[in-house]
Amino acid sequence: MNENEPLHFHYDVDGNNFTSAGEASVQVKRMLRQMGFHPDLIRRISVAMYEGEINMVIHAKGGDADVYVTPECITVILKDVGPGIKDVNLAMQEGYSTAPDNIRSLGFGAGMGLPNMKRYSDELKIDSVVGVGTTIEMKFLPA
Amino acid sequence: MTVNELIEQTGCKPLLLSEGDREVTGGYAGDLLSWVMGRAQSGDCWVTIMSNVNVAAVGQLTDCACIVFSEGVQPDEAVVNAAKLHGLNLLLTEKSTFEMCAEVGALLK
Repeated sequence: MNENEPLHFHYDVDGNNFTSAGEASVQVKRMLRQMGFHPDLIRRISVAMYEGEINMVIHAKGGDADVYVTPECITVILKDVGPGIKDVNLAMQEGYSTAPDNIRSLGFGAGMGLPNMKRYSDELKIDSVVGVGTTIEMKFLPA
Repeated sequence: MTVNELIEQTGCKPLLLSEGDREVTGGYAGDLLSWVMGRAQSGDCWVTIMSNVNVAAVGQLTDCACIVFSEGVQPDEAVVNAAKLHGLNLLLTEKSTFEMCAEVGALLK
């Protein structure tokens, strides 16, 4: 294998099954642990990715998650064809949420998803078009 | 203090003990899962009344030492099954979240 070629892992996030959301993050967590990354880095990645997964299930009927791993950087790309984010600045504010009540009763929809993703990643890029979909790219750098 | 010792000291009922020797190093209380994910630390005793299956995923991702369902809350069967898979410790108590946290806090001093 070319040393510069990142390892690539792909996951389908099932939008119809709210209870299975998080499976991809849990698998990524396990895989990174096997690779010997630092527990703090693994925690940041898996929590940020779980928030993204939950968002895709709540708002976009699922999507694709791709994880690229090199020793220097772990990149997580979450892509959906959901409704898009109308106002990204507003969505980035802690406590702002458009999640429906049934989601809130499950303990989500606190308006912490995107803020947590920003907080835990070293770089967060949001590319969202209303009516087309959202792509989120997060980069994590080992300390 | 280990999870086994916490059970002994507080009288919590073990619902699932995957790793009773796990060390408890801190505590967190909360039901908003994103909030918990952002703030609970590895090794925490997490006290919650949230009882759906996502609790198991959050427990796994935050790497907490045990999850205590307070106020007599009984988690869904799905939580127990997922927790088995992830090797989590689940405890039950009739105590309020506040009472439980106060006890754990005192034991950790």
